[in-house]
Amino acid sequence: MESNKNFVLGVFDDEDILLQAVTKVRDRGIKIHEVYSPFPVHGLDEALGYKRTRLPIAAFVFGMTGTALALIMQIWMMGYDWPMIIGGKNFAALPPFIPVIFELTVLLSALGMVATFLIVSDMKPYKWPQQFDLRSTDDKHILAIDLAINKLTKDDIGALLKDSGAQEVNDKNF
Amino acid sequence: MQVSSTLRESLITGGKTVSDVSEDICRQVEGKPTKLWWMAFGVSLVLLGFGVYTMSITLWDGIGMWGLNKTVGWAWDITNFVWWVGIGHAGTLISAILLLFRQKWRMSINRAAEAMTIFAVICAATFPLIHMGRLWLGFYWALPLPNAFGSLWVNFNSPLLWDVFAISTYFTVSLVFWYIGLIPDFAVIRDRAVRMGNKTRATIYNALSFGWQGGARTWMRYESVALILAGLSTPLVLSVHTIVSMDFATSVVPGWHTTIFPPYFVAGAIFSGFAMVLTLLLITRKLFKLEDYITIYHVELMNIIIIVTGSIVGIAYITEFFIAWYGQVPAEQYAFINRATGPYWWAYWSMMTCNVISPQLFWIKKIRTSLVATFVLSIIVNIGMWFERFVIIVTSLHRDYLPSSWTMFYPTLYDVGEYVLTFGFFFAAFLLFAKFFPVVNMAEIKSILKSSSEKK
Repeated sequence: MESNKNFVLGVFDDEDILLQAVTKVRDRGIKIHEVYSPFPVHGLDEALGYKRTRLPIAAFVFGMTGTALALIMQIWMMGYDWPMIIGGKNFAALPPFIPVIFELTVLLSALGMVATFLIVSDMKPYKWPQQFDLRSTDDKHILAIDLAINKLTKDDIGALLKDSGAQEVNDKNF
Repeated sequence: MQVSSTLRESLITGGKTVSDVSEDICRQVEGKPTKLWWMAFGVSLVLLGFGVYTMSITLWDGIGMWGLNKTVGWAWDITNFVWWVGIGHAGTLISAILLLFRQKWRMSINRAAEAMTIFAVICAATFPLIHMGRLWLGFYWALPLPNAFGSLWVNFNSPLLWDVFAISTYFTVSLVFWYIGLIPDFAVIRDRAVRMGNKTRATIYNALSFGWQGGARTWMRYESVALILAGLSTPLVLSVHTIVSMDFATSVVPGWHTTIFPPYFVAGAIFSGFAMVLTLLLITRKLFKLEDYITIYHVELMNIIIIVTGSIVGIAYITEFFIAWYGQVPAEQYAFINRATGPYWWAYWSMMTCNVISPQLFWIKKIRTSLVATFVLSIIVNIGMWFERFVIIVTSLHRDYLPSSWTMFYPTLYDVGEYVLTFGFFFAAFLLFAKFFPVVNMAEIKSILKSSSEKK
């Protein structure tokens, strides 16, 4: 599957024209591989038909893990493993445990969510990305279409992209 | 390409295009450091060196090198700790709370402010660590780790332990938030390096950017992560200074035992943090020619936050005095009268002048839009906030319950040296950051260049 992939790239420099172009291309039944942008374009994920990310759920689950961990740790250490009289307070009183519960909830939620983000986005320090166009981190939006999964020919797609306002239409082979 | 509204002042001036943003910000990362940078870095290293020398002697000979005595057991160390933690708060406020409030002006300043947060928290953490004396054993004293005493655990009822958790969580989450923001910008530098044919730089910045590509799916997830991190950081930043204030408020020392402390400390933290952001950014703006990105408008908005938080702090000081009178507890009343008229009256009135009176000058538009006035006042506020902590800590302690224990606190060279140490570290770290990392968040700035849709 990975061998010899051919792509058509539409190069846009305005995000509003890009959004219209994405809708137009998808209306013609063409499958878009991905759009690469130098900054987040609002509404692009809906235009491309992406489902909402489930990262908030991951954040919640990791957060709850932190809460549970902090509760169990404090109640076990202070209440069971080595109970000590401190200022005549209860061994396992809840109110003084709240700050640590809160901090561990936030810590695990943040770290867990970011780790999940890096894993699902396949981001690692030693990986070089498939670079379609180096200008996509500077000022151009690159709309990449995989020729193998689309029925239309390269020229038809190119003409449609030009028609939708692409500044340039390029080829890219990996 | 830049479209400006007739209703609002434009956030970025100079008619920048998207490509100009990459060029302006990346240029200083790619070029050689200037002479001025080397000079500033050299001075910071000298301060750091002096600090490391005094710290080594303190660690070798013990905490007796400090000016502490039986009555005043906490002084400069904890003053500096609270001062530095407070300074850090502005970074998180700018990046998290202003993100939740959709304040777009934060975008020019959030990167530098967050960097400041991280370095300030490191500076803060050095004081409790040094005060432990044998800091290599600190892990066992501060963290719930199994140990040789049949696992005698740390005391979760103690605010000092809450502080350990609060500060370390705050540091970690701020670091992650800052780094997540940096990832797309590292990729900009990488792609520019590829185009320039600089392989080493491309590899380094690619590793730093975790192989960022900028696909729409990744951006969608990225924005979700940034929003949730902001949502998590907002209560976190409020909790940190609340817990720091509980170090004092949960004790029974007159002058410390007050319920007003948590909100009062948080407001003070944001107040001093913004002052430090202004001090640093006015220098950075000049050194790195960022006048189009950090405009007078940004400075003015930050000065308005200084008026608001400075006024909250002023009201808190007056409320404390009122409650001391109204509460009719003689010890409490004495503590406050002693603050204002006792042997430390000069510290109290320096605090009042710097924190309550000086920020009120920002009501005058001419002053809050003047760079020189802002710079001077931002330093005055920082001095005032240092005195605030010194007043709370030392004046409350120096009059002990027994008059025979009454004393004064005199700092030694080693107290001063360790404060100098943190300055050296802070400025050296900030200079390194400003040289090797993009000082302004390029991706965010690019997204606000064109705020309204261009008509064809």
